[in-house]
Amino acid sequence: MAEMRGFLRSDGRKGIRNVIVVAYLVECAHHVARRIVNLSDDMDVHLIGFPGCYPNSYAFQIMTKLCTHPNVGGVLLVSLGCESFNREALRQAVADSGRPVETLVIQQAGGTKATIEAGRAAVARLKAIADQTPVVPMARHELVVGTICGGSDGTSGITANPAVGRCFDWLVEAGATCIFEETGELVGCERIMSDRAVTPELGAEIEACVQKAERYYTIMGFGSFAPGNAEGGLTTQEEKSMGAYSKSGSSPISGLIKPGDIPPSGGLYLMDVVPDGEPRFGFPNISDNAEIVELIASGSHVILFTTGRGSVVGSAISPVIKVCANPETYTRLSADMDVNAGRILEGRATLDEVGAEILGLVEAAAAGDRTVSEALGHQEFILTYKSFEPVGPACLPTRAA
Amino acid sequence: MSTPISPLILLHPDDNVLVVRAAIRAGDALDIDGIPITAAQDVTVGHKLARRALAAGDKVLKYGAPIGSMTAAVAVGGHVHMHNMKSDYIASHTRQVVGGSEGGH
Repeated sequence: MAEMRGFLRSDGRKGIRNVIVVAYLVECAHHVARRIVNLSDDMDVHLIGFPGCYPNSYAFQIMTKLCTHPNVGGVLLVSLGCESFNREALRQAVADSGRPVETLVIQQAGGTKATIEAGRAAVARLKAIADQTPVVPMARHELVVGTICGGSDGTSGITANPAVGRCFDWLVEAGATCIFEETGELVGCERIMSDRAVTPELGAEIEACVQKAERYYTIMGFGSFAPGNAEGGLTTQEEKSMGAYSKSGSSPISGLIKPGDIPPSGGLYLMDVVPDGEPRFGFPNISDNAEIVELIASGSHVILFTTGRGSVVGSAISPVIKVCANPETYTRLSADMDVNAGRILEGRATLDEVGAEILGLVEAAAAGDRTVSEALGHQEFILTYKSFEPVGPACLPTRAA
Repeated sequence: MSTPISPLILLHPDDNVLVVRAAIRAGDALDIDGIPITAAQDVTVGHKLARRALAAGDKVLKYGAPIGSMTAAVAVGGHVHMHNMKSDYIASHTRQVVGGSEGGH
């Protein structure tokens, strides 16, 4: 197998891709930005953006973390001109990170056609600079890997999720950083999670974070965390949640982060994706890609996506590896899947074997191989309004004195 | 790989239940940690069988974690489901009320 390699950034982090990001700063600039991306016809030119015209510090933070993500080599900002997004602060943050960045303002650039033409030329310039980024060997401990499940069914918790958990255990053992989330689906295992925390104070923060999720979803009208679906063999809330939780493996939990926080060291981290305060902007995450974006904003190089019913999505910026839990789904959607964890149900593979296969695919992606969704051109992206308070001091591991 | 494949999966070494991978019929011969067992009833995929004899009150361990407690005894190979186990979970907001503190906000 090819060796892992990384694009070395000025902060010392390494990216496994060298993407040029074209970012619209309000929905009004979306079409122009999309045309620039489409006309560049390059798998490594990606579209991201924030649709809202009103300011939101969460959205600004996520956009900044994404534009300075290790997988990103250059940034083109596309502004209409009158939106409230602080484009100069974002441009400055990207420039400070040592990346090439350009801004186009449609109202000043002469409208749609002129901005698209200027954007194509800008992408070519950015790419030429990004192509000079040093490529260096990358080790397992430098990887940041996120996981999410979507379209789950009764098989997810016994095949794909625990197989990802094995992969996470090996990554954490090697010093890598692994991130799991979905606190709303972890109701019932907060005590088990807090017992795995590296300090009692972190354990208390984890319990409080699940409690917040439970309350938030109750207010949203989805508080019916009913005892698990008995016909699939599930008996209790704990059992149902443990199925989702099994993606995290069995390593100690080193910290609790919020979207955009970069874990300070290797280990296993829980991401709290539920906003703080009274619900203001609707559902915490309106679809799977909203969570994927948050995992990437916290530095994930690769996303492990487990699915039972069968999702086809990928993502902008970081490749998605899809692990299919259900062998029947795999038969229908094999051309969209990277891993058939359903073989465990069929008795054709063990959890360890599938876990090792997933780890191999993470390393192959870091060596430059395209994942299935990436090769198909999937670059889904969504970012909406949220509000968060910073994490408390007990949430992050303190370095030994 | 010509050995017959077990219809049961062990998710974690500490578990006292096994997950049914392929449907089991009453009368099927099962091997649970070297103990030969005859299945007492049909059990469908995704359900659980006892890996060892369990008594009422015992924690049920799956994924290496307690997912509830037994309400009745079960023999090795017996079906562990709604009829003989229950949740130990108290929602944290309920627990707060039970604990006498409803919080300030």
